[in-house]
Amino acid sequence: MTTIGVSADAPSRPVIEAPRSRRPSARRTGTNFEMYAWIFMRMSGLLLVFLVLGHLFIMLLLDDGVQRINFGFVAGRWASPFWRTWDLAQLWLAQLHGTNGLRVIINDYAERDGTRFWLKMLLYTSSFLVLLLGTLVIFTFDPEISG
Amino acid sequence: MQAPAGTLYRGREGMWSWVAHRVTGVLIFFFLFAHVLDTALVRVSPDSYNRIMDTYKTPLVNLMEVGLVGAVLFHALNGLRVMAIDFWEKGTRYQKQMTWVVLAVFVPVMVGATYRMVSHTFAQLFGSAS
Repeated sequence: MTTIGVSADAPSRPVIEAPRSRRPSARRTGTNFEMYAWIFMRMSGLLLVFLVLGHLFIMLLLDDGVQRINFGFVAGRWASPFWRTWDLAQLWLAQLHGTNGLRVIINDYAERDGTRFWLKMLLYTSSFLVLLLGTLVIFTFDPEISG
Repeated sequence: MQAPAGTLYRGREGMWSWVAHRVTGVLIFFFLFAHVLDTALVRVSPDSYNRIMDTYKTPLVNLMEVGLVGAVLFHALNGLRVMAIDFWEKGTRYQKQMTWVVLAVFVPVMVGATYRMVSHTFAQLFGSAS
């Protein structure tokens, strides 16, 4: 009972399916990607509430806020593994959270298949580069660097 | 495609907080892109990093930082509301009230944050206030 519409033997008569019979799915990949993406948005979101609001509070509200931020300030913070870990977790969670959010938005609003495909390729490429660059910067930071 | 007359969904608190969640999310995403690039300048030279940080301290960009904090704060509070709708058994029943709770927290926090963030710029523009 997978046909919807008309039956093969009597083309003019609509098929009435058994109650609660499963709707044939166009594509059933079996990976449940969308469910994991949904869970990831909530888990990462909860962590980001603390990480990002904490980051903004320290950087923009505490003491003299943005006015006190310069190379020396960054060097002082990144001398501590705690803040490096904080920033690394924040970078990865925020970038993946944002990438999945934009993926959903592209799927919602880009109607043509080609447009959707290329926008998402652009999104994934830029996200990969941002994650790579950000991670390298945190791991290879050198406070003694000379211009 | 034009929707037939009279069928356009005009939601209330729920729809508008959904719209605002999307808009703030996209804004934050693009800021994050710029922010990783500007921070990466610490690998170029202290001077190039300090120069980009000096632009962050100008009055106009300072005002944009207030907007950024507003976008992040709303997205965070409304995100907690979304999680409450998803995981709290009474979440869907109180989604509307929770929108007003989000705003009730958002407004006073933003008033305080804005004051702290622009006071330096104010003093700079109109003479020292402190």
